[in-house]
Amino acid sequence: MNLHEYQAKELLQSAGVDVPKGAVAFSPDQAVYAATEIGGWHWAVKAQIHAGARGKAGGIKLCRTYGEVRDAAEEMLGKRLVTHQTGPEGKPVQRVYIEAADKFDREFYLGYVLDRKEERIRVIASREGGMEIEQIAAENPDALIQVTVEPAVGLQPFQAREIAFGLGLNIKQVQRAVQTILGAYRAFRNADATMLEINPLVLTHDERVIALDAKMVIDDNALFRQRAIEGMRDPSQDDPREAQAAEHNLNYVGLDGTIGCIVNGAGLAMATMDVIKYAGGEPANFLDVGGGASPERVATAFRLVLSDSRVQSILVNIFAGINRCDWVAEGVVQAARETRIPVPLIVRLAGTNVDAGRKILAESGLKLITAETLSEAAEKAVKAAKGQLQ
Amino acid sequence: MSILIDKSTKILIQGFTGDKGTFHGKEMQEYGGNVVGGVTPGKGGRTHLGLPVFDTVRDAVAATGADASITFVAPPFCADAIMEGATAGLRLICAITDGIPAQDMMRVKRYLRRFPKERRTRLVGPNCAGIISPGKAMLGIMPPHIYKQGNVGIVSRSGTLGYEAAAQLKALGIGVSTSVGIGGDPINGSSFLDHLALFEEDPETHAVLMIGEIGGAQEAEAAAWIKANMTKPVVGYVAGLTAPKGRRMGHAGAIISGVGDSAAEKAEIMVSYGLAVAPSAGELGSAVAALLDKRRHAA
Repeated sequence: MNLHEYQAKELLQSAGVDVPKGAVAFSPDQAVYAATEIGGWHWAVKAQIHAGARGKAGGIKLCRTYGEVRDAAEEMLGKRLVTHQTGPEGKPVQRVYIEAADKFDREFYLGYVLDRKEERIRVIASREGGMEIEQIAAENPDALIQVTVEPAVGLQPFQAREIAFGLGLNIKQVQRAVQTILGAYRAFRNADATMLEINPLVLTHDERVIALDAKMVIDDNALFRQRAIEGMRDPSQDDPREAQAAEHNLNYVGLDGTIGCIVNGAGLAMATMDVIKYAGGEPANFLDVGGGASPERVATAFRLVLSDSRVQSILVNIFAGINRCDWVAEGVVQAARETRIPVPLIVRLAGTNVDAGRKILAESGLKLITAETLSEAAEKAVKAAKGQLQ
Repeated sequence: MSILIDKSTKILIQGFTGDKGTFHGKEMQEYGGNVVGGVTPGKGGRTHLGLPVFDTVRDAVAATGADASITFVAPPFCADAIMEGATAGLRLICAITDGIPAQDMMRVKRYLRRFPKERRTRLVGPNCAGIISPGKAMLGIMPPHIYKQGNVGIVSRSGTLGYEAAAQLKALGIGVSTSVGIGGDPINGSSFLDHLALFEEDPETHAVLMIGEIGGAQEAEAAAWIKANMTKPVVGYVAGLTAPKGRRMGHAGAIISGVGDSAAEKAEIMVSYGLAVAPSAGELGSAVAALLDKRRHAA
């Protein structure tokens, strides 16, 4: 689950990380009020979306008067912001963050990731802040300072000092940076994050070390013990179909193709998309109905896939383990009766109770195309989407 | 032979009396596996599926001599259950549970390394379909009838894609020595490499099918290891060629977040290390068959 910048900063601040004074606003009036509360004479108005690269896309404006704050907020709120990370459809801006814009001398990068290979949290820092880490890693990998955290004891002060000295700070600044580096680690660990990026981390004129931007991703598997963070979820940032799927415990990811997919198991779902491509078609979506797919879930899956108007055929591919083909077949039949399916439907069943499942489909009187193998199913789905098979 | 499990493996079920433990416990019994009991804290002393239930894994191991377990324990408590099993001296734990927090898995992996190598627990999963040595034993949730006993090892991150592979092989008359699901999470108990090393040692395994997917560096590491150490032929496949960057594809670990994570890159690395790569998931069986034929002609 993604957090907004201001939410990540709340978590960082409560873990002892210094952040600029700021407040979230849902309207231009609130934005101006926030600026008066924050005080000072320079503010940044920042669009809150679940994507980066906002600056170049007009999602961050520096303002010197309340009027400019109002204009910037008015300009952003209610629009969709398109950055090179959002895709062409952009993300809706429903809230802006107003922040004191302090002058700073230097910018750094500070990131925390779950390192899958080491099976530990890895801290990555660089003197070159403000750039994307992938770019730094590609152009100047030696500029990266990296430490991994021993899970039994957590990040140690000496490791934070190594990072801080590596950033070229003097001893007074190092002490402040150590507090930041350890605090951000605690925020990461306590929130069950899988990624935290402070980019840039800045050194101000008065030698404070502050997190100017923050991006944080929380482990979905840990939300059961992160109720407060789950309350920070902003559904407006999610694709509506994906949000609807999640409500029914289905995994859906929308793509650009014409062949809708309903599959059980994430690996088989990905492979089914690939086989469609291999057969000359383009998949419209990834959809994993999971184990124990009840008729209701299958019906929901059909509604989701059909809500994409580009879909020209649907491929149902079920390899039943925990699932049983007869249950899935009943689900398909029930869904097809309740929801009018205006495109050709290709069904491939395999695994537990496959014969009973095929019998249910055959006796249903529904007009559907059956296939025995994955390749055959994909070829038929591609032909059907092109109108070459009825 | 086979790897990990056979008829002699004494199986314990953690989370025994729940729906999943009950359903799959019965399936494993029917398959002929030597299930010796189960653990559900608070239900010790009862009998379930004709077998004793224990409060702790330690009690269960002491009473039954169990050496392996399968766990269905719910995500919030599963890391704890795995560490309990490891401490009780189980040789092998297979975690079916999907949804264990990544930081819990970091702690589990660290905890397992506390034990000296010779008595360290091997963890398979979590978020996997388990293990089957066809004709011998099953420590998993797969439909057993799709597997024919034979000489091809399967190791797969995805459960259903492993089924697909086994069914395609069976349709071609090719059997399986052992099939292992390593799971779809970002941190796995054991890796492709761990199981490839076991298959290399197993005289009944003549070839291996390795089924990867997007995310992580495991497939690349395994490919390098195969080139350097493996004498048996390996067919590779990587799911997710059409997956977009930065989107989680169902599995917690199936996400392209950096260099080397994509299916195309991984397949390319496999090819560069000399593996045969199946061009499509529809051709997993035929790719293995072609490789076995080639070997036969060469021999």
